[in-house]
Amino acid sequence: MDDLYRDYILEHYRRPHNFGVLDDATTSHEGSNPLCGDRITMQLGIRDGKVAEVAFTGRGCAISQASASLLTDEVKGMSVEAAAAYRADELLDLLGIDISPARLKCAMLSLETLDAALADLDASASPAAVAAEEPA
Amino acid sequence: MTIVEQPKASGTTGGAAPRGALDAAALRADFPILDQEVNGHRLVYLDSASTSQKPNVVIDAVSAYYREYNANVHRGIYTIGEKATAEYEGARARVARFINAPDSHEIVFTRNATEAINLVAYSWGRANIDRGDAIVLTEMEHHANLVPWQLLVQEKDGDLEFVPISDDGLLRLEVFEVLLHLKPKLVAFTHVSNTLGTINPVRQIADMAHAAGALVLVDGAQAVPHVPVDIEALGVDFYAFSGHKMLAPMGSGALWARRELLEAMPPFLAGGEMIREVHLRRSDWNDIPWKFEAGTPAVGDAIGLGVAADYLTALGMDAVRAHERELVAYALEALPRAVPDIAVYGPMDLDLRGGVIPFNLPDIHPHDVAQILDRYGIAVRAGHHCTMPLHERLDLAATARASFSVFSTNADIDALAAGLVEVERIFRG
Ligand SMILES: Cc1ncc(COP(=O)(O)O)c(C=O)c1O
Repeated sequence: MDDLYRDYILEHYRRPHNFGVLDDATTSHEGSNPLCGDRITMQLGIRDGKVAEVAFTGRGCAISQASASLLTDEVKGMSVEAAAAYRADELLDLLGIDISPARLKCAMLSLETLDAALADLDASASPAAVAAEEPA
Repeated sequence: MTIVEQPKASGTTGGAAPRGALDAAALRADFPILDQEVNGHRLVYLDSASTSQKPNVVIDAVSAYYREYNANVHRGIYTIGEKATAEYEGARARVARFINAPDSHEIVFTRNATEAINLVAYSWGRANIDRGDAIVLTEMEHHANLVPWQLLVQEKDGDLEFVPISDDGLLRLEVFEVLLHLKPKLVAFTHVSNTLGTINPVRQIADMAHAAGALVLVDGAQAVPHVPVDIEALGVDFYAFSGHKMLAPMGSGALWARRELLEAMPPFLAGGEMIREVHLRRSDWNDIPWKFEAGTPAVGDAIGLGVAADYLTALGMDAVRAHERELVAYALEALPRAVPDIAVYGPMDLDLRGGVIPFNLPDIHPHDVAQILDRYGIAVRAGHHCTMPLHERLDLAATARASFSVFSTNADIDALAAGLVEVERIFRG
């Protein structure tokens, strides 16, 4: 358990990657963890079926912030499909620490918010846009 | 018939403490859970506002019920059934005595404070709140004394109004005065804030509310374990509390309400026990309080609640309050000495604060604070403590909270202070 606050986790917490606001986001979503009041807004700039840009803002614990920092690094440049298919266990591996059940919600907030942002994209996508992606 | 033994609290008999004062260090022997190590450290339990630990007398009373006279109540014409009934009703009398309620039939057993408040919202509320009627609450309410009223006014098209708080967490009674011009039907507020520790002037608020024609409900969940509660002196109409926060079992709690109100109120839950006569198409209700206790009650838990009430009475609630006041004074001095950048919220006047210390360390989330403290066996709560609107008002996402009980000591606060130094060391690198 002493491993929870490893240096790289604290480093991501103090200086999170991709922390900020996009001017030209294609989709964004605000997620919250009602248990602890953590909030994250995830913004994505989708171009050519890829996550060209990604940024987040919000406040929360070291675990939720480090998780968002690592996850945004990871999905940047991914295809929309790959980002949507990104799994919880992959994120846990990426965090590389033992997360107790009580803190799982903190660790997963970023991924849930990302998924919701991508789902919003689906909902707003016109059939034409979807068709255009198909040959890729 | 033998009645459950009068509990003796070791803290009242132990050596060094002055007569009448509480010897918390000696009392700890009454709480078996404290005698353990967590993560290699002595368990330092600082989350009594969430739920208190239970003394041996309570655990033993519950165990004795199941081992010796487990039977349903108000039914059996046999010896152990009669004993179960006598102990259950005896517990009601003990609880009534504990809060100085004039009539034990004014005590309705519930599962907790939440259920007690919901009982009033459903039963009294649905019969008495109409379109346009106002209910006055405060910004510092626990969700248990907020959400039931939201549901009620949504259904009835009534209004909720809120007494604001000052930045140091006191109710702004000059605004309350103005809100009373709305002629609210009910004023409902907490006796002691679970988040800030604020002790509200119940009598003064009740008098103001009554003068404006409102009834008064008080959420006593954080008061009964920590300050003397005298129902007659408080002059309120409804008083709700949980047993599990006052050294009693989980699943025990009570609503006190004035007899006339309980008698006039329609039932809440319906079924067995709450009826006098049942016909296929109509029924007559039982007398109070049983009218509000449908179904088989949590007998063992209620008996435990009665024993906990006697245990606290034996300690003396004045002594409990004085002990916790000293702990708060010590914490308010010791914590900033250890971690100078700590922010502590709530009233700084010791007379106005119960044994609750909400705090934050700059740029460290309370979840992380609590997680690191747990390494040292220290249990504190982190989050919004079921007071999201209050946190919003104070512009805080969350807080960490240390809270005290009869068995808390300065050594617990020293451990917390040392733990916070570690938290800062880890985070500030
Ligand atoms: C002030 C206050 N009211 C109500 C409650 C609800 O208590 P319970 O969950 O036991 O119903 C609590 C518990 O946290 C509380 O602190």
